[in-house]
Amino acid sequence: MSGVLIVAEHRQGALREVTLELIAAAKELKNAGVGPLAVAMLGSDVSAMLGVVALDGVDEIIHVPVAMDEFNGEVYRQALPALIRQRRPLVLLTGFTVDAMSYAPALAASLGLGFASDVTGCSAQKGWLTATRGLYAGKVQVQLDFGDGAPVLLMLRPGAWSPAGGFGSPVVTRLEAGVDLSQVRIKHREYITPQTEGIDLGTSDFILAIGRGVGEKDNVPVFERLADRLGATLACSRPLVDSGWLPHARQVGQSGATVKPELYLALGISGAVEHLAGMKASGTIIAVNSDPEAAIFNVAHYGAVTDLFALAEALEQLT
Amino acid sequence: MRIIICVKRVAVLSDDVAFTDDGLAVDPDYLDFTLNEWDACAVDEAIRIRDAVGEGEVVVVTAGDPDADGELRRCLAMGADRAVRVWTEALRQPDPLTVAHALAEVIRPEEPDLVLCGVQSSDALQGATGAALAGFLDLPVVAVVTMIAYDATTRTATVHRELEGGMIDVVETTTPAVLTIQTGINRPRYVTFRAIQEAQGRDVAVQVAEPFGRRAYGIRGMSMPTRRRAEMIGGNPTEIAARILQIVRGSSAA
Repeated sequence: MSGVLIVAEHRQGALREVTLELIAAAKELKNAGVGPLAVAMLGSDVSAMLGVVALDGVDEIIHVPVAMDEFNGEVYRQALPALIRQRRPLVLLTGFTVDAMSYAPALAASLGLGFASDVTGCSAQKGWLTATRGLYAGKVQVQLDFGDGAPVLLMLRPGAWSPAGGFGSPVVTRLEAGVDLSQVRIKHREYITPQTEGIDLGTSDFILAIGRGVGEKDNVPVFERLADRLGATLACSRPLVDSGWLPHARQVGQSGATVKPELYLALGISGAVEHLAGMKASGTIIAVNSDPEAAIFNVAHYGAVTDLFALAEALEQLT
Repeated sequence: MRIIICVKRVAVLSDDVAFTDDGLAVDPDYLDFTLNEWDACAVDEAIRIRDAVGEGEVVVVTAGDPDADGELRRCLAMGADRAVRVWTEALRQPDPLTVAHALAEVIRPEEPDLVLCGVQSSDALQGATGAALAGFLDLPVVAVVTMIAYDATTRTATVHRELEGGMIDVVETTTPAVLTIQTGINRPRYVTFRAIQEAQGRDVAVQVAEPFGRRAYGIRGMSMPTRRRAEMIGGNPTEIAARILQIVRGSSAA
Protein backbone atom coordinates (compact mmCIF):
# COMPACT_ATOMS: atom_id res chain seq x y z
CA MET A 1 0.00 0.00 0.00
CA SER A 2 1.58 3.25 -1.11
CA GLY A 3 0.96 6.37 -3.10
CA VAL A 4 -1.65 9.08 -3.38
CA LEU A 5 -4.74 8.68 -5.55
CA ILE A 6 -6.68 11.84 -6.43
CA VAL A 7 -10.23 11.70 -7.71
CA ALA A 8 -10.49 14.46 -10.31
CA GLU A 9 -13.62 16.60 -10.29
CA HIS A 10 -15.17 17.92 -13.47
CA ARG A 11 -18.49 19.41 -14.48
CA GLN A 12 -19.98 20.02 -17.92
CA GLY A 13 -16.74 19.03 -19.61
CA ALA A 14 -14.44 21.28 -17.59
CA LEU A 15 -12.03 20.32 -14.85
CA ARG A 16 -12.85 21.90 -11.47
CA GLU A 17 -10.08 24.05 -9.98
CA VAL A 18 -10.13 22.05 -6.74
CA THR A 19 -8.46 19.18 -8.62
CA LEU A 20 -5.32 21.30 -9.08
CA GLU A 21 -5.36 22.09 -5.35
CA LEU A 22 -5.57 18.37 -4.61
CA ILE A 23 -2.51 17.84 -6.80
CA ALA A 24 -0.64 20.50 -4.79
CA ALA A 25 -1.50 18.73 -1.52
CA ALA A 26 -0.65 15.32 -3.01
CA LYS A 27 2.76 16.58 -4.10
CA GLU A 28 3.54 17.49 -0.47
CA LEU A 29 2.62 13.94 0.58
CA LYS A 30 4.61 12.46 -2.29
CA ASN A 31 7.64 14.49 -1.24
CA ALA A 32 7.14 13.20 2.31
CA GLY A 33 7.62 9.66 0.99
CA VAL A 34 4.03 8.48 0.61
CA GLY A 35 4.73 7.24 -2.92
CA PRO A 36 3.65 7.93 -6.49
CA LEU A 37 0.87 10.36 -7.37
CA ALA A 38 -1.98 9.24 -9.61
CA VAL A 39 -5.09 11.13 -10.73
CA ALA A 40 -8.23 9.16 -11.57
CA MET A 41 -10.66 10.64 -14.09
CA LEU A 42 -14.09 9.09 -14.57
CA GLY A 43 -16.02 9.82 -17.76
CA SER A 44 -16.56 8.74 -21.33
CA ASP A 45 -13.99 11.04 -22.92
CA VAL A 46 -11.58 12.96 -20.72
CA SER A 47 -9.01 13.73 -23.43
CA ALA A 48 -9.81 17.47 -23.45
CA MET A 49 -8.97 17.69 -19.72
CA LEU A 50 -5.80 15.59 -19.76
CA GLY A 51 -3.58 18.55 -20.57
CA VAL A 52 -4.81 20.48 -17.53
CA VAL A 53 -4.06 17.58 -15.19
CA ALA A 54 -0.72 16.56 -16.71
CA LEU A 55 1.21 18.65 -14.20
CA ASP A 56 4.64 18.40 -12.69
CA GLY A 57 4.64 15.77 -9.94
CA VAL A 58 1.77 13.71 -11.38
CA ASP A 59 3.07 10.23 -12.23
CA GLU A 60 -0.03 8.72 -13.77
CA ILE A 61 -3.45 9.72 -15.04
CA ILE A 62 -5.90 6.83 -14.83
CA HIS A 63 -8.87 7.14 -17.15
CA VAL A 64 -11.80 5.08 -15.91
CA PRO A 65 -14.16 4.91 -18.91
CA VAL A 66 -17.82 5.31 -17.95
CA ALA A 67 -20.54 6.04 -20.49
CA MET A 68 -21.91 8.91 -18.44
CA ASP A 69 -20.61 12.45 -18.49
CA GLU A 70 -22.68 14.26 -15.86
CA PHE A 71 -21.58 13.61 -12.30
CA ASN A 72 -23.37 10.73 -10.60
CA GLY A 73 -22.30 9.68 -7.12
CA GLU A 74 -23.58 6.16 -7.82
CA VAL A 75 -20.99 5.72 -10.56
CA TYR A 76 -18.18 6.83 -8.25
CA ARG A 77 -19.39 4.48 -5.52
CA GLN A 78 -19.25 1.60 -8.00
CA ALA A 79 -15.97 2.44 -9.71
CA LEU A 80 -13.70 3.56 -6.88
CA PRO A 81 -13.64 0.31 -4.85
CA ALA A 82 -12.26 -1.51 -7.90
CA LEU A 83 -9.71 1.23 -8.43
CA ILE A 84 -8.64 1.13 -4.76
CA ARG A 85 -8.29 -2.67 -4.83
CA GLN A 86 -6.15 -2.44 -7.96
CA ARG A 87 -3.85 0.40 -6.94
CA ARG A 88 -3.84 0.05 -3.15
CA PRO A 89 -3.11 3.72 -2.43
CA LEU A 90 -2.19 4.82 1.08
CA VAL A 91 -4.11 8.10 0.68
CA LEU A 92 -7.15 9.03 -1.38
CA LEU A 93 -7.90 12.70 -1.93
CA THR A 94 -11.14 14.39 -2.99
CA GLY A 95 -12.33 17.95 -2.57
CA PHE A 96 -14.73 18.79 0.25
CA THR A 97 -17.23 19.63 -2.49
CA VAL A 98 -20.91 19.02 -3.17
CA ASP A 99 -20.09 16.23 -5.65
CA ALA A 100 -17.64 14.40 -3.39
CA MET A 101 -20.01 14.77 -0.43
CA SER A 102 -22.34 12.35 -2.20
CA TYR A 103 -19.87 9.50 -2.58
CA ALA A 104 -16.68 9.88 -0.49
CA PRO A 105 -18.18 9.31 3.01
CA ALA A 106 -20.23 6.40 1.62
CA LEU A 107 -17.05 4.78 0.32
CA ALA A 108 -15.26 5.32 3.61
CA ALA A 109 -18.16 3.58 5.36
CA SER A 110 -18.53 0.62 3.02
CA LEU A 111 -14.78 0.00 2.68
CA GLY A 112 -13.85 0.85 6.29
CA LEU A 113 -11.35 3.56 5.32
CA GLY A 114 -9.74 6.12 7.58
CA PHE A 115 -11.61 9.32 6.90
CA ALA A 116 -11.63 13.05 7.53
CA SER A 117 -13.40 15.91 5.76
CA ASP A 118 -12.93 19.67 5.42
CA VAL A 119 -9.23 19.06 5.93
CA THR A 120 -7.04 22.18 5.79
CA GLY A 121 -3.63 20.57 6.31
CA CYS A 122 -2.05 17.14 6.05
CA SER A 123 1.40 15.64 6.36
CA ALA A 124 3.12 12.27 6.48
CA GLN A 125 6.09 10.97 8.44
CA LYS A 126 7.40 7.45 7.84
CA GLY A 127 4.07 6.44 6.33
CA TRP A 128 2.04 7.87 9.24
CA LEU A 129 -0.49 10.38 8.13
CA THR A 130 -1.83 13.32 10.13
CA ALA A 131 -4.48 15.86 9.17
CA THR A 132 -5.77 19.16 10.53
CA ARG A 133 -9.35 20.41 10.49
CA GLY A 134 -11.45 22.97 12.34
CA LEU A 135 -14.11 22.49 14.98
CA TYR A 136 -16.73 24.88 16.41
CA ALA A 137 -16.84 27.11 13.32
CA GLY A 138 -13.03 27.15 13.09
CA LYS A 139 -12.51 28.50 16.60
CA VAL A 140 -10.59 25.34 17.52
CA GLN A 141 -8.18 23.26 15.43
CA VAL A 142 -7.98 19.49 15.74
CA GLN A 143 -5.01 17.33 14.79
CA LEU A 144 -6.08 13.88 13.60
CA ASP A 145 -4.18 10.65 13.09
CA PHE A 146 -5.20 7.39 11.46
CA GLY A 147 -4.55 3.80 12.35
CA ASP A 148 -2.65 1.61 9.91
CA GLY A 149 -4.05 -1.15 7.76
CA ALA A 150 -6.47 0.70 5.52
CA PRO A 151 -6.20 3.60 3.09
CA VAL A 152 -7.20 7.02 4.40
CA LEU A 153 -9.67 9.15 2.45
CA LEU A 154 -9.23 12.88 3.00
CA MET A 155 -11.67 15.48 1.66
CA LEU A 156 -9.70 18.71 1.38
CA ARG A 157 -11.22 22.16 1.80
CA PRO A 158 -11.34 24.06 -1.52
CA GLY A 159 -9.00 27.04 -1.40
CA ALA A 160 -6.80 25.64 1.39
CA TRP A 161 -3.99 24.81 -1.07
CA SER A 162 -2.82 26.94 -3.99
CA PRO A 163 -3.42 25.19 -7.31
CA ALA A 164 -0.45 23.20 -8.62
CA GLY A 165 1.21 24.34 -11.84
CA GLY A 166 4.10 23.46 -14.13
CA PHE A 167 3.74 20.88 -16.85
CA GLY A 168 4.77 17.30 -16.37
CA SER A 169 4.60 14.14 -18.42
CA PRO A 170 2.54 11.52 -16.58
CA VAL A 171 1.68 8.24 -18.24
CA VAL A 172 -1.97 7.92 -19.17
CA THR A 173 -3.52 4.54 -18.49
CA ARG A 174 -6.98 3.11 -18.80
CA LEU A 175 -8.68 1.03 -16.13
CA GLU A 176 -11.99 -0.74 -16.53
CA ALA A 177 -13.79 -0.58 -13.21
CA GLY A 178 -16.76 -2.73 -14.16
CA VAL A 179 -19.41 -0.05 -13.70
CA ASP A 180 -22.90 -1.41 -14.36
CA LEU A 181 -25.07 1.54 -15.38
CA SER A 182 -28.25 -0.54 -15.01
CA GLN A 183 -27.55 -0.58 -11.25
CA VAL A 184 -27.33 3.23 -11.01
CA ARG A 185 -30.27 4.44 -8.92
CA ILE A 186 -29.94 8.20 -9.55
CA LYS A 187 -30.61 9.97 -12.87
CA HIS A 188 -29.45 13.45 -13.85
CA ARG A 189 -32.30 15.49 -15.36
CA GLU A 190 -31.11 19.05 -16.00
CA TYR A 191 -29.15 21.98 -14.65
CA ILE A 192 -30.87 25.17 -13.55
CA THR A 193 -28.73 28.31 -13.54
CA PRO A 194 -29.63 30.69 -10.70
CA GLN A 195 -31.51 33.90 -11.53
CA THR A 196 -29.25 36.94 -11.55
CA GLU A 197 -32.08 39.51 -11.60
CA GLY A 198 -29.71 41.97 -13.22
CA ILE A 199 -27.41 41.93 -10.20
CA ASP A 200 -23.73 41.28 -10.88
CA LEU A 201 -21.75 41.30 -7.64
CA GLY A 202 -18.65 40.15 -9.51
CA THR A 203 -18.12 43.52 -11.23
CA SER A 204 -18.66 45.73 -8.17
CA ASP A 205 -15.54 47.32 -6.66
CA PHE A 206 -17.29 48.24 -3.40
CA ILE A 207 -19.58 45.75 -1.67
CA LEU A 208 -21.55 46.34 1.51
CA ALA A 209 -22.59 42.94 2.80
CA ILE A 210 -25.01 42.22 5.62
CA GLY A 211 -25.56 39.07 7.70
CA ARG A 212 -27.66 37.62 10.49
CA GLY A 213 -26.66 40.59 12.66
CA VAL A 214 -29.30 42.76 10.98
CA GLY A 215 -31.80 40.84 13.10
CA GLU A 216 -34.97 40.99 11.05
CA LYS A 217 -36.32 41.56 7.56
CA ASP A 218 -37.70 45.02 8.37
CA ASN A 219 -34.14 46.22 9.06
CA VAL A 220 -32.84 45.34 5.61
CA PRO A 221 -33.98 48.65 3.98
CA VAL A 222 -31.75 50.59 6.41
CA PHE A 223 -28.73 48.91 4.85
CA GLU A 224 -30.09 49.15 1.30
CA ARG A 225 -30.25 52.93 1.81
CA LEU A 226 -26.81 53.00 3.37
CA ALA A 227 -25.29 51.04 0.46
CA ASP A 228 -26.90 53.50 -1.96
CA ARG A 229 -25.53 56.45 -0.07
CA LEU A 230 -22.01 55.04 0.06
CA GLY A 231 -22.06 54.03 -3.60
CA ALA A 232 -21.73 50.36 -2.67
CA THR A 233 -23.50 47.26 -4.03
CA LEU A 234 -25.59 45.47 -1.41
CA ALA A 235 -24.74 41.81 -0.79
CA CYS A 236 -25.47 39.34 2.00
CA SER A 237 -24.53 36.03 3.60
CA ARG A 238 -26.50 32.82 3.16
CA PRO A 239 -28.88 33.02 6.15
CA LEU A 240 -30.55 36.14 4.72
CA VAL A 241 -31.31 34.33 1.47
CA ASP A 242 -32.50 31.23 3.38
CA SER A 243 -34.88 33.50 5.29
CA GLY A 244 -36.18 35.03 2.07
CA TRP A 245 -35.02 38.56 2.99
CA LEU A 246 -32.83 39.07 -0.09
CA PRO A 247 -32.61 37.21 -3.43
CA HIS A 248 -29.95 34.57 -4.09
CA ALA A 249 -28.34 36.95 -6.62
CA ARG A 250 -27.11 39.03 -3.65
CA GLN A 251 -25.49 36.09 -1.83
CA VAL A 252 -21.72 35.97 -1.44
CA GLY A 253 -20.18 32.61 -0.52
CA GLN A 254 -19.58 29.00 -1.60
CA SER A 255 -23.17 28.59 -2.77
CA GLY A 256 -23.41 32.14 -4.10
CA ALA A 257 -21.06 34.59 -5.78
CA THR A 258 -17.29 34.63 -5.36
CA VAL A 259 -16.23 38.28 -5.28
CA LYS A 260 -13.00 40.21 -5.14
CA PRO A 261 -13.91 43.92 -4.84
CA GLU A 262 -11.41 46.55 -3.76
CA LEU A 263 -13.53 47.20 -0.66
CA TYR A 264 -15.72 44.79 1.28
CA LEU A 265 -17.67 46.19 4.21
CA ALA A 266 -19.16 43.29 6.21
CA LEU A 267 -21.87 44.30 8.67
CA GLY A 268 -23.21 41.72 11.12
CA ILE A 269 -21.52 38.78 9.37
CA SER A 270 -19.91 36.25 11.73
CA GLY A 271 -17.65 34.68 9.10
CA ALA A 272 -18.79 31.12 8.45
CA VAL A 273 -16.56 29.11 6.08
CA GLU A 274 -19.43 29.25 3.56
CA HIS A 275 -19.18 33.05 3.46
CA LEU A 276 -15.41 33.50 3.79
CA ALA A 277 -14.85 31.26 0.75
CA GLY A 278 -16.62 33.84 -1.39
CA MET A 279 -14.97 37.07 -0.22
CA LYS A 280 -11.64 36.52 1.50
CA ALA A 281 -9.68 37.60 -1.59
CA SER A 282 -11.21 41.12 -1.44
CA GLY A 283 -8.73 44.01 -1.47
CA THR A 284 -9.62 45.68 1.83
CA ILE A 285 -12.07 44.04 4.22
CA ILE A 286 -13.74 46.04 6.98
CA ALA A 287 -15.87 44.04 9.41
CA VAL A 288 -18.29 45.27 12.04
CA ASN A 289 -19.82 42.79 14.47
CA SER A 290 -21.19 42.71 18.00
CA ASP A 291 -19.16 39.54 18.80
CA PRO A 292 -15.47 40.31 19.39
CA GLU A 293 -14.64 36.62 18.71
CA ALA A 294 -16.38 36.51 15.30
CA ALA A 295 -14.32 34.59 12.74
CA ILE A 296 -14.73 37.43 10.23
CA PHE A 297 -12.07 39.38 12.19
CA ASN A 298 -9.52 36.74 11.16
CA VAL A 299 -9.80 37.66 7.49
CA ALA A 300 -10.69 41.35 7.86
CA HIS A 301 -8.05 44.08 7.62
CA TYR A 302 -10.03 46.43 9.85
CA GLY A 303 -12.56 45.48 12.48
CA ALA A 304 -14.90 47.17 14.93
CA VAL A 305 -17.11 45.82 17.70
CA THR A 306 -20.20 47.97 18.01
CA ASP A 307 -23.96 48.14 17.55
CA LEU A 308 -24.78 47.83 13.84
CA PHE A 309 -27.71 50.20 13.86
CA ALA A 310 -25.92 52.97 15.74
CA LEU A 311 -23.09 52.60 13.26
CA ALA A 312 -25.42 52.64 10.24
CA GLU A 313 -27.01 55.82 11.58
CA ALA A 314 -23.62 57.46 12.15
CA LEU A 315 -22.48 56.50 8.64
CA GLU A 316 -25.65 58.02 7.17
CA GLN A 317 -25.15 61.24 9.09
CA LEU A 318 -21.54 61.58 8.01
CA THR A 319 -22.21 61.07 4.28
CA MET B 1 -44.70 5.70 4.33
CA ARG B 2 -41.94 6.06 6.88
CA ILE B 3 -39.46 8.94 6.94
CA ILE B 4 -36.47 8.84 9.27
CA ILE B 5 -34.57 11.98 10.18
CA CYS B 6 -31.17 11.84 11.82
CA VAL B 7 -30.62 14.75 14.18
CA LYS B 8 -27.77 15.96 16.34
CA ARG B 9 -27.46 17.92 19.54
CA VAL B 10 -24.74 20.38 18.58
CA ALA B 11 -22.35 22.34 20.73
CA VAL B 12 -21.94 26.09 20.53
CA LEU B 13 -18.66 27.43 21.80
CA SER B 14 -18.72 30.32 24.25
CA ASP B 15 -16.32 33.25 23.88
CA ASP B 16 -13.70 31.57 26.06
CA VAL B 17 -12.25 28.14 25.46
CA ALA B 18 -10.48 25.71 27.74
CA PHE B 19 -9.41 22.19 26.86
CA THR B 20 -9.80 19.08 29.02
CA ASP B 21 -6.68 17.97 30.95
CA ASP B 22 -5.67 15.47 28.25
CA GLY B 23 -5.96 18.21 25.61
CA LEU B 24 -8.18 16.06 23.39
CA ALA B 25 -11.50 17.89 23.79
CA VAL B 26 -13.02 21.23 24.73
CA ASP B 27 -14.05 21.42 28.40
CA PRO B 28 -17.86 20.94 28.28
CA ASP B 29 -18.29 23.85 30.74
CA TYR B 30 -17.46 26.13 27.81
CA LEU B 31 -20.16 24.71 25.54
CA ASP B 32 -23.86 25.35 25.08
CA PHE B 33 -26.08 22.88 23.24
CA THR B 34 -28.96 23.09 20.79
CA LEU B 35 -30.66 21.26 17.89
CA ASN B 36 -28.57 21.48 14.71
CA GLU B 37 -30.02 24.09 12.33
CA TRP B 38 -29.76 21.82 9.25
CA ASP B 39 -31.56 19.01 11.11
CA ALA B 40 -34.44 21.32 12.05
CA CYS B 41 -34.92 21.94 8.32
CA ALA B 42 -34.82 18.17 7.69
CA VAL B 43 -37.46 17.51 10.37
CA ASP B 44 -39.69 20.24 8.97
CA GLU B 45 -39.32 18.85 5.44
CA ALA B 46 -40.18 15.32 6.59
CA ILE B 47 -43.35 16.58 8.27
CA ARG B 48 -44.30 18.45 5.09
CA ILE B 49 -43.81 15.32 2.97
CA ARG B 50 -45.81 13.16 5.39
CA ASP B 51 -48.64 15.70 5.42
CA ALA B 52 -48.62 16.05 1.61
CA VAL B 53 -48.72 12.27 1.12
CA GLY B 54 -51.54 12.13 3.66
CA GLU B 55 -50.27 9.21 5.68
CA GLY B 56 -47.12 7.89 7.24
CA GLU B 57 -44.80 8.23 10.14
CA VAL B 58 -41.93 10.61 10.87
CA VAL B 59 -39.28 9.13 13.17
CA VAL B 60 -36.37 11.14 14.57
CA VAL B 61 -33.19 9.31 15.47
CA THR B 62 -30.05 10.51 17.21
CA ALA B 63 -26.84 8.83 18.27
CA GLY B 64 -25.80 10.00 21.70
CA ASP B 65 -26.28 9.99 25.46
CA PRO B 66 -29.44 10.92 27.41
CA ASP B 67 -28.51 14.62 27.20
CA ALA B 68 -29.73 14.50 23.59
CA ASP B 69 -33.29 13.58 24.63
CA GLY B 70 -34.15 17.28 24.89
CA GLU B 71 -33.35 17.81 21.20
CA LEU B 72 -35.38 14.71 20.25
CA ARG B 73 -38.36 16.05 22.21
CA ARG B 74 -38.02 19.36 20.43
CA CYS B 75 -38.48 17.41 17.16
CA LEU B 76 -41.55 15.69 18.66
CA ALA B 77 -42.90 19.14 19.51
CA MET B 78 -42.38 20.13 15.86
CA GLY B 79 -44.62 17.24 14.81
CA ALA B 80 -42.48 14.10 14.58
CA ASP B 81 -44.34 10.93 15.56
CA ARG B 82 -41.64 8.95 17.35
CA ALA B 83 -38.11 9.36 18.72
CA VAL B 84 -35.28 6.85 19.00
CA ARG B 85 -31.88 7.34 20.60
CA VAL B 86 -29.09 4.90 19.90
CA TRP B 87 -26.08 4.49 22.12
CA THR B 88 -22.81 2.59 22.00
CA GLU B 89 -19.66 3.18 24.04
CA ALA B 90 -17.74 4.13 20.88
CA LEU B 91 -19.88 7.29 20.72
CA ARG B 92 -17.85 8.77 23.57
CA GLN B 93 -15.44 9.71 20.78
CA PRO B 94 -17.83 10.30 17.91
CA ASP B 95 -16.63 10.45 14.32
CA PRO B 96 -18.86 10.35 11.21
CA LEU B 97 -18.34 6.63 10.60
CA THR B 98 -18.97 5.63 14.22
CA VAL B 99 -22.12 7.77 14.32
CA ALA B 100 -23.40 6.60 10.92
CA HIS B 101 -22.77 2.95 11.84
CA ALA B 102 -24.78 3.30 15.06
CA LEU B 103 -27.59 5.10 13.21
CA ALA B 104 -27.65 2.40 10.51
CA GLU B 105 -28.20 -0.28 13.15
CA VAL B 106 -31.49 1.27 14.24
CA ILE B 107 -32.60 2.53 10.82
CA ARG B 108 -32.18 -0.74 8.88
CA PRO B 109 -35.00 -2.67 10.64
CA GLU B 110 -37.32 0.35 10.30
CA GLU B 111 -37.32 -0.10 6.49
CA PRO B 112 -37.80 3.62 5.79
CA ASP B 113 -38.86 5.10 2.44
CA LEU B 114 -36.73 8.19 2.97
CA VAL B 115 -33.88 9.05 5.31
CA LEU B 116 -33.19 12.76 5.77
CA CYS B 117 -30.08 14.17 7.44
CA GLY B 118 -28.78 17.71 7.70
CA VAL B 119 -25.95 18.47 5.24
CA GLN B 120 -23.65 19.09 8.19
CA SER B 121 -23.66 19.89 11.89
CA SER B 122 -22.88 23.45 12.90
CA ASP B 123 -20.18 22.38 15.38
CA ALA B 124 -18.15 19.76 13.49
CA LEU B 125 -18.99 20.73 9.87
CA GLN B 126 -17.95 17.32 8.57
CA GLY B 127 -20.70 16.99 5.95
CA ALA B 128 -20.28 13.24 6.06
CA THR B 129 -22.68 11.37 8.35
CA GLY B 130 -25.59 11.22 5.86
CA ALA B 131 -23.55 9.81 2.99
CA ALA B 132 -21.68 7.44 5.34
CA LEU B 133 -25.08 6.18 6.50
CA ALA B 134 -26.02 5.54 2.86
CA GLY B 135 -22.78 3.57 2.56
CA PHE B 136 -23.67 1.32 5.50
CA LEU B 137 -27.29 0.90 4.33
CA ASP B 138 -26.31 0.56 0.65
CA LEU B 139 -28.84 3.22 -0.33
CA PRO B 140 -28.51 5.96 -2.97
CA VAL B 141 -27.63 9.35 -1.52
CA VAL B 142 -28.06 12.87 -2.81
CA ALA B 143 -26.13 15.52 -0.87
CA VAL B 144 -27.01 19.19 -0.38
CA VAL B 145 -30.70 19.05 -1.29
CA THR B 146 -32.78 22.26 -1.53
CA MET B 147 -36.04 20.81 -2.93
CA ILE B 148 -37.79 17.42 -2.67
CA ALA B 149 -40.76 16.30 -4.77
CA TYR B 150 -41.69 12.82 -3.58
CA ASP B 151 -43.96 10.76 -5.82
CA ALA B 152 -45.76 8.23 -3.64
CA THR B 153 -47.07 6.33 -6.70
CA THR B 154 -43.74 5.67 -8.40
CA ARG B 155 -41.82 5.83 -5.10
CA THR B 156 -39.24 8.11 -6.65
CA ALA B 157 -38.03 11.51 -5.51
CA THR B 158 -37.06 14.37 -7.80
CA VAL B 159 -34.67 16.60 -5.89
CA HIS B 160 -32.60 19.73 -6.34
CA ARG B 161 -28.91 19.31 -5.57
CA GLU B 162 -27.35 22.71 -4.84
CA LEU B 163 -23.92 23.02 -6.46
CA GLU B 164 -21.15 25.54 -5.82
CA GLY B 165 -22.16 29.00 -6.98
CA GLY B 166 -25.85 28.18 -6.57
CA MET B 167 -26.42 26.18 -9.76
CA ILE B 168 -29.04 23.45 -9.32
CA ASP B 169 -28.61 19.87 -10.52
CA VAL B 170 -32.06 18.31 -10.84
CA VAL B 171 -31.83 14.57 -10.21
CA GLU B 172 -34.27 11.74 -9.74
CA THR B 173 -33.60 8.95 -7.29
CA THR B 174 -35.30 5.69 -6.48
CA THR B 175 -36.35 5.27 -2.85
CA PRO B 176 -35.48 4.31 -0.21
CA ALA B 177 -32.76 6.94 -0.41
CA VAL B 178 -30.75 9.17 1.89
CA LEU B 179 -31.02 12.91 1.24
CA THR B 180 -28.89 15.46 3.04
CA ILE B 181 -30.84 18.68 3.57
CA GLN B 182 -29.48 22.18 3.03
CA THR B 183 -30.80 25.21 4.92
CA GLY B 184 -33.18 27.34 2.90
CA ILE B 185 -35.24 24.31 1.78
CA ASN B 186 -37.91 25.61 4.15
CA ARG B 187 -38.25 27.89 7.14
CA PRO B 188 -38.66 25.47 10.06
CA ARG B 189 -41.97 25.92 11.81
CA TYR B 190 -42.23 27.86 15.02
CA VAL B 191 -42.56 25.59 18.02
CA THR B 192 -44.74 26.90 20.81
CA PHE B 193 -43.68 26.70 24.44
CA ARG B 194 -46.82 24.64 25.06
CA ALA B 195 -45.86 22.07 22.41
CA ILE B 196 -42.40 21.77 23.99
CA GLN B 197 -43.98 21.31 27.44
CA GLU B 198 -46.28 18.60 26.08
CA ALA B 199 -43.39 16.79 24.41
CA GLN B 200 -41.60 16.48 27.77
CA GLY B 201 -43.92 13.59 28.67
CA ARG B 202 -43.28 11.66 25.43
CA ASP B 203 -41.14 8.52 25.27
CA VAL B 204 -37.71 8.30 23.72
CA ALA B 205 -36.95 4.70 22.75
CA VAL B 206 -33.37 3.76 23.57
CA GLN B 207 -31.40 1.14 21.67
CA VAL B 208 -27.86 -0.10 22.08
CA ALA B 209 -25.85 -0.63 18.89
CA GLU B 210 -23.05 -3.05 18.17
CA PRO B 211 -19.72 -1.20 17.86
CA PHE B 212 -18.35 -0.55 14.37
CA GLY B 213 -14.91 -1.67 15.46
CA ARG B 214 -13.08 0.90 13.37
CA ARG B 215 -12.60 4.63 13.80
CA ALA B 216 -12.48 7.24 11.03
CA TYR B 217 -9.67 8.98 12.89
CA GLY B 218 -8.04 9.43 16.27
CA ILE B 219 -7.66 12.83 17.91
CA ARG B 220 -4.04 13.73 18.58
CA GLY B 221 -4.59 17.15 20.01
CA MET B 222 -6.47 20.41 19.88
CA SER B 223 -5.23 23.94 19.61
CA MET B 224 -6.35 27.48 18.95
CA PRO B 225 -5.71 28.42 15.33
CA THR B 226 -3.09 31.06 14.67
CA ARG B 227 -5.03 34.08 13.55
CA ARG B 228 -4.42 37.07 11.42
CA ARG B 229 -6.35 39.56 13.50
CA ALA B 230 -7.89 42.66 12.00
CA GLU B 231 -6.64 46.07 13.09
CA MET B 232 -9.42 46.98 15.50
CA ILE B 233 -11.07 50.40 15.37
CA GLY B 234 -12.13 51.65 18.79
CA GLY B 235 -14.43 54.44 19.92
CA ASN B 236 -18.13 55.24 19.83
CA PRO B 237 -20.26 54.56 16.72
CA THR B 238 -19.61 58.06 15.32
CA GLU B 239 -15.85 57.69 15.72
CA ILE B 240 -15.91 54.23 14.17
CA ALA B 241 -18.08 55.52 11.29
CA ALA B 242 -15.64 58.38 10.66
CA ARG B 243 -12.68 56.01 10.53
CA ILE B 244 -14.54 53.61 8.19
CA LEU B 245 -15.40 56.51 5.85
CA GLN B 246 -11.75 57.58 5.88
CA ILE B 247 -10.73 54.05 4.76
CA VAL B 248 -13.52 54.00 2.16
CA ARG B 249 -12.53 57.39 0.74
CA GLY B 250 -8.86 56.46 0.74
CA SER B 251 -9.65 53.53 -1.51
CA SER B 252 -9.95 54.02 -5.25
CA ALA B 253 -13.25 52.12 -5.13
CA ALA B 254 -15.24 54.99 -3.65
